[in-house]
Amino acid sequence: MTTATRLSTITSAEELARLRATLPGHRFVIPADDPLPLDCGVSLGPVTVAYQTYGTLNAERSNAVLVCHALTGDQYCAEDHPITGKPGWWLTVIGPGKAIDTDRYFVICANVIGGCMGSTGPSDPDPATGRPYGLDFPVITIADMVRSQVRLIDHLGIDRLFAVIGGSMGAMQVLQWAVDYPDRVFAAVPIAGAAYHTAQNIAFHEVGRQAILADPDWCGGRYLEHDISPRRGLSVARMTAHVTYLSETALHRKFGRNLQNRKELSFGFDADFQVESYLRHQGSTFVDRFDANAYLYITRAMDYFDLAAEHGGVLGKAFEGTRVRFCLISFTSDWLFPTAESRKIVHALNAVAANVSFVEIESDKGHDAFLLDEPEFFRVLDGFLKGCAEHAGLAEAGS
Amino acid sequence: MNVQRPAPTATPPIRPDLRHVAEMVTPGARVLDIGCGDGALLKLLADEKGVDGRGIEIKQEGVNACVANGLSVIQGDADLDLAYYPDRSFDFAVLSLTLQATRDPRQVLLDLVRIGRRAIVSFPNFGHWRVRWSLLVGGRMPTTATLPDAWWSTQNIHLCTIDDFVDLADRLGITVERKLALDSHGQPIKLSAFANCMGETGVFLLRKG
Repeated sequence: MTTATRLSTITSAEELARLRATLPGHRFVIPADDPLPLDCGVSLGPVTVAYQTYGTLNAERSNAVLVCHALTGDQYCAEDHPITGKPGWWLTVIGPGKAIDTDRYFVICANVIGGCMGSTGPSDPDPATGRPYGLDFPVITIADMVRSQVRLIDHLGIDRLFAVIGGSMGAMQVLQWAVDYPDRVFAAVPIAGAAYHTAQNIAFHEVGRQAILADPDWCGGRYLEHDISPRRGLSVARMTAHVTYLSETALHRKFGRNLQNRKELSFGFDADFQVESYLRHQGSTFVDRFDANAYLYITRAMDYFDLAAEHGGVLGKAFEGTRVRFCLISFTSDWLFPTAESRKIVHALNAVAANVSFVEIESDKGHDAFLLDEPEFFRVLDGFLKGCAEHAGLAEAGS
Repeated sequence: MNVQRPAPTATPPIRPDLRHVAEMVTPGARVLDIGCGDGALLKLLADEKGVDGRGIEIKQEGVNACVANGLSVIQGDADLDLAYYPDRSFDFAVLSLTLQATRDPRQVLLDLVRIGRRAIVSFPNFGHWRVRWSLLVGGRMPTTATLPDAWWSTQNIHLCTIDDFVDLADRLGITVERKLALDSHGQPIKLSAFANCMGETGVFLLRKG
């Protein structure tokens, strides 16, 4: 089922509220009288957490798997997207008989706070003014996202998650969960992640943010009140970011220097090359489903992420005494979150004699490999989860 | 009444030295298996001795196979990654048929007895009579069942004999608690005087000091 409306065509707060109300799925509200304390010092409330679930929670409430989405992902991980109509971003991994087997596990996926798919973010009305928050929305962190998820898990009556799993920014949330709530996580699977955002990663995010800020339609973040949307800025931000999710090999294989619907160079600045056309398409379809201010806030949350910094600069200290079973997975051609970053986490976990598995998957598809068809990755994830389920005493699917 | 039992599922035979390594491990222990290959020893120890096992393997196919089988294994290198493990974090640190392929066997041995309260090391004995015979009579680099690769393709850069190993352990202040020399059928050689000549594989139980 796809709603006819797209985020990009929405240029007023009222229309946006209408779209939000029609998005399928569950809502949980953190009340204003028990607000969410944020790292920046502000307490935020009320906060809506929009989430989806797949599978069935067992009587012992012991089979819950929290899936954490990446920067531009959302809670619709295992179903068609209500706005784009495209298949869920992790349908390859989540479903009956798949690695995250919904016949066995109860899967929860929540839109991060600061997002734009139903959870409270900068495009929502600020209770103090009635206007959209815009840049009055507090800067949130990965730890804040996790705090909101903890409140959701409390609300669902789940003491301990069987597993927390996610790629990229999702991996950051997984690590934060394992460090801040080790007693509430049995297994943690950070995929294509890192314990901090590198200077290069921050640099790419800054390029994207500056593209949004430089778009006159951004209006100091108050575009919704001016009935416009910074489409060009957000589109450029996406184009830049998208390149970082791929690899030179993948780009070359897909496009080479092939020309787009023409036989000769145009000697102009049209999209002569297929790769240009592809990127423009990526940019323009992205703005159909994403909010520019949400992009600013979520990229900032990733930039601020540094697990070791919270523990005196020593990553190992973050994991001291942990009983969580870890499985780190990286991909050979991922230059945004390279294997070396996962290995640093593995070394820190070894230093505290934690239970850790670490697999590097051979792939030439770059950072995005974790979202694509990678049978070896599926096999490893499936095996790790089954092994953990045995240790956790979870019943097998169908029993 | 004639009840037909289902045939037991076939498991590949375990390498003989691993069988003897496993016998040295106490039930329920924490074990780090360095160079764990496809996880055969870890699986055996988990199934038969209820061991809490972890592995390090340099080859990615081995690591993937282990993790896909529910074993806790990381991709890593004995020469590079042992430094990250804290002292006495395992009851046993196991290094089976891998020492001869490390760049710095001395450091690896010291790390083993530092990380494990006990270390178990097995290696192909270069003093075995077949090796001696091959070199003496054939005049060529020996290739045997435990050393199957030609000199130009072997990973084994630090081969030693059982007597060499005993000597190094002594120099490093490492105590040999048990010493086994296995013949080509994996049977221990009874007379220790013949160990260095008749043993194809050496299996040692070690501790620091």
